[in-house]
Amino acid sequence: MKLPIYMDNQATTPVDPRVLELMIPWFTEKFGNPASSSHSFGWEADTAVKKARKQVADLIGADPKEIIFTSGATESDNIAILGVANFHKERGNHIITLVSEHKAVLDSCRFLESEGFDVTYLPVQDNGLIDLDLLVNAFTDKTILVTVMAANNEIGVIQPLAQIGALCRERKVYFHTDAAQGVGKYPIDVNKMNIDLLSISGHKFYAPKGVGALYVRRRPRVRLKPVMFGGGHERGIRSGTLPTPLLVGLGAACEIAAQDMESDNRRILALRERMRQGILGQLSDVVVNGDLEQRLAGNLNISFNYVEGESLMMAIKDVAVSSGSACTSASLEPSYVLRALGVNEEMAHTSIRFGLGRFSTEEEVDFVVKTIVKAVNKLREMSPLWEMAQEGINMDDIEWAAH
Amino acid sequence: MAYNDKVLDHYENPRNVGSFDKNDDNVGTGMVGAPACGDVMKLQIKVGDDGVINDAKFKTFGCGSAIASSSLVTEWIKGKSLDDALTIKNKDIAEELALPPVKIHCSVLAEDAIKQAITDYKKKQ
Repeated sequence: MKLPIYMDNQATTPVDPRVLELMIPWFTEKFGNPASSSHSFGWEADTAVKKARKQVADLIGADPKEIIFTSGATESDNIAILGVANFHKERGNHIITLVSEHKAVLDSCRFLESEGFDVTYLPVQDNGLIDLDLLVNAFTDKTILVTVMAANNEIGVIQPLAQIGALCRERKVYFHTDAAQGVGKYPIDVNKMNIDLLSISGHKFYAPKGVGALYVRRRPRVRLKPVMFGGGHERGIRSGTLPTPLLVGLGAACEIAAQDMESDNRRILALRERMRQGILGQLSDVVVNGDLEQRLAGNLNISFNYVEGESLMMAIKDVAVSSGSACTSASLEPSYVLRALGVNEEMAHTSIRFGLGRFSTEEEVDFVVKTIVKAVNKLREMSPLWEMAQEGINMDDIEWAAH
Repeated sequence: MAYNDKVLDHYENPRNVGSFDKNDDNVGTGMVGAPACGDVMKLQIKVGDDGVINDAKFKTFGCGSAIASSSLVTEWIKGKSLDDALTIKNKDIAEELALPPVKIHCSVLAEDAIKQAITDYKKKQ
């Protein structure tokens, strides 16, 4: 087993060696611009791009003509939200989203608010899932777009896209989903789920960083205004020369994901459960954040009460994970996603996100469980809060001086 | 974030972790910070008849820098008179541990913890 162990697969994944192998010739020998229609260099690149477009489309049940290549899910989210809003602002100015969305969605919405749009940020339930009744009540005759993520990047909960899609379709409201954490991880079908726009990020499922896609439905057609201008590539929605090697990688990753999804998921879920049971079986006062059933196989987000997240990460320095602790964020605020679940600030500070993936092993899981248990016990011995809890003192009865 | 070697040393080998009986008349206890902010420091001093701090203990819930700051001050205050201990400023702690700007509040907490422990001790006399 090689140290450090990578257990942060919701942050990014390594490129699958099978993907990389297919990409390499497109950097050096076959470097043509797919838009060069006058020679064979361009033609072969164009053929490769067409194949990639089909591979991406096939993974989500779309038509290749509905795939716009982008640099990643952040760009796709921006194009989808700003593009739909700007095109349809005469029809309505209301957008609905969730408080637990990724910043690429939230900050696009915030920008639109400054441009005169109204945005409803729906709260989520304690398990992280959308409350569909709240969604139904949030629609107005001005609503043009609903944007709800497929799976949450911090807690891995999977939103009911099909139900949301049906509600949107009935009301002729566009439905966008940021599926950066969903695509390639579990079956997503844009037609069955009535999804009109869908953002894809390559590096979350073993394709390279810097490439992604936006699905834009053709029937009924979704019209959007571009947010960047140039040579009119990608039907004028996303100008810029297409990065053939990256697209070949994205396409290959989609094909592998479709083919290996079931076996990958079965294996990863078994590892996740081994890990969860290992930790919960040996430590008291630990809580799994987010719904356990409607959840990505590879995500485990745990609060270790009385132990601050950043210090825990220091103690397990051979294991690469993320924390919802404020100390790990630039803002010095604990995770807004955990706060949205009603997790109190204290518990949010104690959270760690373990992200398992295609290349995680049982040996690694066992090592991480052992390391975590040891570290938590050590830090609790040093924690005044743990000491007070053992003495039966209720933390809520104490008047803490906020600083 | 990469950590300074001194922070790592105090974090990995914390000095003087533990507790004294807070009801002991020779013991002063300072508890500063708040769980919601992600930092709570408990610092305790044991003072001799000569008015010198002859032992100190801490427990901290917080990041590595908070643990290191409290560990460091327990070393610094041992053997000091109460007045001398009060001269320790957060700037000294931050400098010794080379804390980056986002971690300065850890050193502030450690300074406050000393003050509170001394106040608590004096109240008992």
